[in-house]
Amino acid sequence: MNPLNLLFQVADSFAFIVLAAVGLAVIFGMMGVINLGHGEFIMVGAYGTTLTANAGLPLPLAMALGVLVTAVMGFVIERTVVQHLYDRLLDSMVATWALGLILTQGARILFGNSIPQVSTPLGYIQYGPYSYSTYRVLLAVIALLVLLGLYLVFTRTEFGIRARATIQNPDTAQALGVNTERMYTSTFVVGSGLAGLTGALYAPTLTVVPGMGSSFLVEAFISVVIGGPSVLLGTTLSGGLLGVINSLFTNLYGTFFGQIAMLLTAIVAIRILGDGLTGLANDIRDRLEGE
Amino acid sequence: MGVGSFFDRLVEPFEGPNTIGNSRPFWIGFAVVLVGLFGYPIGFGTYAASSAALYLVYAILALSLSVVWGYTGILSFGQVAFFGVAGYSFGLISLNLSSALTTMLALPVAVILATIAAFVLGYFMFYGDVRNVYVTILTLVVTLVLNTFMAQTAGSEWTIGTVQLGGFNGIPAIPNLTFGVGGTAIALDDAAFYWFTLVVLLVVYLGLRALVNGRFGYAMVAAREDEDRTAMLGYDVRRIKLLVFGLGGAIAGLSGVLYASWGNYISPTVFGITFASIPVVWVTVGGRRSLLGAVVATVGLEWFRQQLSASGSQYAMIVVGVILLIAILFVPEGVVPRVKNVVLAARNRFQTTSDSVESTPE
Repeated sequence: MNPLNLLFQVADSFAFIVLAAVGLAVIFGMMGVINLGHGEFIMVGAYGTTLTANAGLPLPLAMALGVLVTAVMGFVIERTVVQHLYDRLLDSMVATWALGLILTQGARILFGNSIPQVSTPLGYIQYGPYSYSTYRVLLAVIALLVLLGLYLVFTRTEFGIRARATIQNPDTAQALGVNTERMYTSTFVVGSGLAGLTGALYAPTLTVVPGMGSSFLVEAFISVVIGGPSVLLGTTLSGGLLGVINSLFTNLYGTFFGQIAMLLTAIVAIRILGDGLTGLANDIRDRLEGE
Repeated sequence: MGVGSFFDRLVEPFEGPNTIGNSRPFWIGFAVVLVGLFGYPIGFGTYAASSAALYLVYAILALSLSVVWGYTGILSFGQVAFFGVAGYSFGLISLNLSSALTTMLALPVAVILATIAAFVLGYFMFYGDVRNVYVTILTLVVTLVLNTFMAQTAGSEWTIGTVQLGGFNGIPAIPNLTFGVGGTAIALDDAAFYWFTLVVLLVVYLGLRALVNGRFGYAMVAAREDEDRTAMLGYDVRRIKLLVFGLGGAIAGLSGVLYASWGNYISPTVFGITFASIPVVWVTVGGRRSLLGAVVATVGLEWFRQQLSASGSQYAMIVVGVILLIAILFVPEGVVPRVKNVVLAARNRFQTTSDSVESTPE
């Protein structure tokens, strides 16, 4: 096998896992809420993009609109449903799942079982006898940029500091003047927007159908399980690890074994590492700093 | 008073603070409803009975989630995994060894396989100290992976014995549940199947009532309420969770076998995300801490869903989602416990001397 081929596939897998998981990870890491409607949020982003692109909007603009629509929807959902369920973890999972159900069937009723596809832009990279979609390479770059962007937001901005204070200790943060309720709302909106971005980015590469969200779920959930509570570090590390494992096994034995390999990795990782890869990374850092 | 005290002794194991309905009026009502249910096929014919049997099959699945989630606090999104494993096992065994005896034996074997699956998964989760949310995600992921696996078994290389797994098309022509040997065997169909399922449901319901009102049930509820404190009091919380999860797997498996023999068919949709979440809907709406609530909500919602989709409405799933949202936001304790509280409050208002205030399950 051509090593460049494998590299592209790992990058592709990495991008898919990171983008599938990042919105989920932000909401989970910051608010402790697992959004079981995450896949449907991604679907909304994809629909927003595809529909507006089909209406004649340039693709980048259509994608921005897809993100916007999902973020606005996230805002509405947070205000109406999720905010009542913050101290009820399992209930919030069930409620977000119910929202997902409504979104899937709603899309089916509004737009039918399929809508015309946007073609994948940017053509192919040629190398020797092989070629690879330029757009897919771009997705890997964007995945890295998203992680970098989140890192900057959380470490360099006022919002990030308030957000981290809220995760560390909501009561103290509130006592110090942080409007924690507003933090939760904006976090949910950011997470939804990121889900929308994933949908927007993958809209030209997948068939856009009402049930498409579930194709992201396994990767997203496994990534969050392995990643542990720290959003950025966890998603980056698990995206990297799972990207390699998934692309290797998918390549060798097919999609199912790619998923099985990831699932087994998750089970083993949870068995060995209490707090996922984040915990492991922190242990290593502590040990290095201790010496 | 002989009859009365005999009655009290009879229902005593099934009564306690963890279930609704610890009074003579309840049991009398229960008996009346039960007689009505047994008479249903006679009054409405075998076709209606055959359709209604599915609701009873689902109610057994709902009970398995109620005991795992409602009473022990483990939100399993993977009850259908064990349902499906048992259903597929039953289909494969009964089709491969097609004799009355093996079809009869396929039932326990399939249930045992589902139980083993639950124990293996449960062992990794609970002895790996996997916490709340992660348990939910892992059970869901396992189910979705099974879905991917079964969906890609369309090729002829996926043949077990003489039976093809069939990918999305599933396995057709699964035989009816059969009891007996050779020529004297009875295959259960229509009304007979309905009665059998009703008996199974009754046994599972009463068995679980006895369980949750017994010592082990108290330990389960304690583990749900405060894991650390329960462990401090000397209970092995991991063992409790594993045992309950295994029991839930067994009951879900039983339901899966009944499902496969009801429709003579099983397909990967039993591992799909929609089907995976339906039990969560039933149990949430009915009241997750109420076994009776799980049964009532399952039958009610499934009947309702059937009516909606029979009328060709696309809105069935939307309505289900909305019902679920409303239940969580406004009736978080579930419909059946709410009704019970309303009834009790009304009764207390009429009865100034409220001699027997029932303890509420909490």
